[in-house]
Amino acid sequence: MNVVTPPEKLTPKDFATDQEVRWCPGCGDYAILKGVQKTLADIGARPENTVFVSGIGCAARFPYYVKTYGFHTIHGRAPAFATGLKLANPGLDIWVVSGDGDALSIGGNHLFHLLRRNVDLQFLLFNNEIYGLTKGQYSPTSRQGTRSPSTPWGSLDNPASATVFALGSGARFVARGIDSNQKHLPDVLARAHAHKGTSFVEIFQNCKVYNDGVFENFTARDVASDRQIYVEHGKPLTFGKDGEKGLRLNTQTLSLEAVVIGENGVNESDILVHDETNRMIATLLAHMEPPALPVALGVLYSAPGQSYDDEVGDLVRSHTPAEKPDFNKLLRAGRTWTVD
Amino acid sequence: MSNTALAEKSSVPSHRETVESAVVRFAGDSGDGMQLTGGQFTLATAFAGNDLSTFPDFPAEIRAPAGTTFGVSSFQINFGSRVIKTAGDAFDMLIAMNPAALKVELGGLKQGGIIIADTGSFGERDLRKAGYTENPLEDGSLDGYRLVALDISKLTMEAVKDTGLSKQEALRCKNMWTLGFVYWMYGRDRKPTADWLIAKFGKRPDVAAANVAAMDAGHTVAETMELPDGVHGFHVDAADIAPGTYRTVTGADALAWGLAAGTHLADIKMVFASYPITPASQILHSLSKMIDHNVVTFQAEDEIAAACAAIGASFGGSLGVTSSSGPGIALKTEAIGLAISTELPLVIVNSQRAGPSTGMPTKTEQSDLYQAVLGRNADSPLCVLAARSPADCFEVAIEAVRIAIKYMTPVFILTDGYIGNAAEPWNIPDINDYAKIPVNFRTDPEGFHPFMRDADTLARVWAVPGTPGLEHRIGGIERDYDSGNISYDPGNHQKMTDTRFAKIDGIARDIPAQGVEDGATSGKLAVVGWGSTYGPISRAVANLRTQGLDVSHIHIRHIWPFPENLGDLLKGFDQVLVPEMNHGQLVNVLRAEYLVPAEGLNKVSGQPFKIIEIEDAIRARLEN
Repeated sequence: MNVVTPPEKLTPKDFATDQEVRWCPGCGDYAILKGVQKTLADIGARPENTVFVSGIGCAARFPYYVKTYGFHTIHGRAPAFATGLKLANPGLDIWVVSGDGDALSIGGNHLFHLLRRNVDLQFLLFNNEIYGLTKGQYSPTSRQGTRSPSTPWGSLDNPASATVFALGSGARFVARGIDSNQKHLPDVLARAHAHKGTSFVEIFQNCKVYNDGVFENFTARDVASDRQIYVEHGKPLTFGKDGEKGLRLNTQTLSLEAVVIGENGVNESDILVHDETNRMIATLLAHMEPPALPVALGVLYSAPGQSYDDEVGDLVRSHTPAEKPDFNKLLRAGRTWTVD
Repeated sequence: MSNTALAEKSSVPSHRETVESAVVRFAGDSGDGMQLTGGQFTLATAFAGNDLSTFPDFPAEIRAPAGTTFGVSSFQINFGSRVIKTAGDAFDMLIAMNPAALKVELGGLKQGGIIIADTGSFGERDLRKAGYTENPLEDGSLDGYRLVALDISKLTMEAVKDTGLSKQEALRCKNMWTLGFVYWMYGRDRKPTADWLIAKFGKRPDVAAANVAAMDAGHTVAETMELPDGVHGFHVDAADIAPGTYRTVTGADALAWGLAAGTHLADIKMVFASYPITPASQILHSLSKMIDHNVVTFQAEDEIAAACAAIGASFGGSLGVTSSSGPGIALKTEAIGLAISTELPLVIVNSQRAGPSTGMPTKTEQSDLYQAVLGRNADSPLCVLAARSPADCFEVAIEAVRIAIKYMTPVFILTDGYIGNAAEPWNIPDINDYAKIPVNFRTDPEGFHPFMRDADTLARVWAVPGTPGLEHRIGGIERDYDSGNISYDPGNHQKMTDTRFAKIDGIARDIPAQGVEDGATSGKLAVVGWGSTYGPISRAVANLRTQGLDVSHIHIRHIWPFPENLGDLLKGFDQVLVPEMNHGQLVNVLRAEYLVPAEGLNKVSGQPFKIIEIEDAIRARLEN
């Protein structure tokens, strides 16, 4: 009888390479790297079966620091490489790591098609609202008026919302986390990993050098509890230091409003209960911005559907004959004639 | 599958004139079905045992306004009892379905050639649309030709009146009426076309019956009517063709089969990622049907994604293949650089078309040689191959797969719109006659790093995700020669750049020596071609050699690296002439590599070379 030895339980350290990490001191990427390595250990990932694919930018250096397979590709195109890789080998567990410029500017087209196809992989968008590697120009998520080397009088164009874009593109899993929140981030990443199809995770990441503190308006210690809401499926959407605040659906305006339980006749039954399978609720949550409304974190949306790679696999299986087909027959299909 | 055994050579009917070869051009409106008509005539001609070559020539517009000159769609076929190498220069017979077709194509008809015209389509409005003020069928302007003017529209309506089709549907049968007429002119069998019509219109037996009736009627009219003076039936003997099982094949189909044959011989999956573009799309269509042969096709969101997905697939242990035409290749360029830098196998097909920019999408050109050999940022060598004919696409595709895998490199295949769409008979090979393509996926972790190389080929190891113990990271950043880790070391970059060049240069030792297609290996003049100029060059050189001229034909398949002996071979000739459908690209690469006084002969009209154009250029150099 064969004795099956269970694979050795790996620790976060087992997922660290011997390469010197070259992000700036204090960069939020360090925390995310730590969170990902912890997640890989928690979920029992096998290094040989795991691939990190990235494009270009600070975030895109990520694969060099994870001891799995890795492919650092070209700017904005990581989703396309990952799609081809998944078609070649559907058994691989693929993580795509991208930044706000890589994913939403040069690579916006590919991200849209990745989400719409629903290729089974995890897509992590490190959003720091700035271009880091090219030295601080404004990005597609930068708030209007952002002063940068290319916008000395403030940026003019409207910022994109990564999660709203993802939901609009047909994403079936949309979640959010914060780099420094190590308690929460691995849970979100584990949920993303467990989801079959493209799992889109936006991670608010602080760029120490070019955009330090850009998320302070909801991450600073003194405002965090009032300006962040951790959403959980089946639970009321409450926030605040003692959970005294909540989100109520205004059915007249079809919008969310922040209310205080016990004030102005608001009671607990008025608070909207999160349903992560409801795309409309997810969209309303994704649109929330401080200070009027808290930033929604956690799994905003999860509604599994068949992934593209699965559908391709089904198609291939349904057309693959039991016996290997004769190539000569392929060449001779159709009209032929013989010369003696 | 349906196989036809060719009949014994029949005796020549006494009322027919025997000719060695003939060129026929079908021309009509985009909606007249000229390509289908030409395709059927091609098949019937192949079944009659002739050698042949075709040239479909059509506009980019799907349905240009009816009756306009820019909406003319044509199909040319050259067939004969001798070896046929081109679709022919001037045509012997022109079928003009409307005035626009006559206007556009008349210049290509031989003096005294036969015109078959549908008078039913030569109304005042039709004439005006084509820019005629007088009816050319009546004003004597065609006196130098043999004109067969028939009201094909009316004759077709009569032939199908019992089938119950609407007038519009009935009129659509006039191409088959015309085909029946031309079948009689050349003594062709109608049965294969009748069978094809019945199969094609399986759900509309009335339409099938009408088309067959129209074809039969056209045939009967030709057989029984009193043809104008000098117009009669022709007979073309069967050609002396090597024994075998044949089919007609276009370059696009042969290329698709060749790629699939390559991955079949390598026993790995092909992931073919492409974005539709004229004239390359047919390769995607053909491969999409080969899902049962370990081929997965992916219609990407754009050209860049297609190239990237193919490279991702190669990283994953499949062979990634991407295909496009010049403008799309331009978009793929950055990704190709990554494949060079990460040293992954990749096959890139470029079905060249007339440019720059959108240019003339359905017209042929050979103007992407520079793009393939040189067109990337930085020092980024790769391998480039060129197909010379539709059937040759099969061989070139297999060679591309072999080199890509053996040397872990991107390989370009240059084909063009002409080869892609043109058809010729193909003696179908036996896949078992081809050498297997070995694939050595690394599995041993001992001493592994991702850029360890084969001492002989300099190819790096192919280590595929999923293999325990070989976890590694690759990317576009320069990597250390000895570890594969990121490196900005100056000396290392020099070494890696040198190594990338040495690897590609080394392919020259692994390809056949450059031969001479026709003529001596040294002499007064070598005509050096590549790609689809093969046909006209080989015919021109053969013609002039029979007249005693000292000229040789060299045709290059391996564009980069060149075969090792090419420089010495060229130096054995006093003059080197390089005909190309571009403004001079191979000629400059040859001059740069070998310092030979090569001269260009260049044509960028969107049309293939005529034999006579090359003959004239050769004569000009040898007869002064």
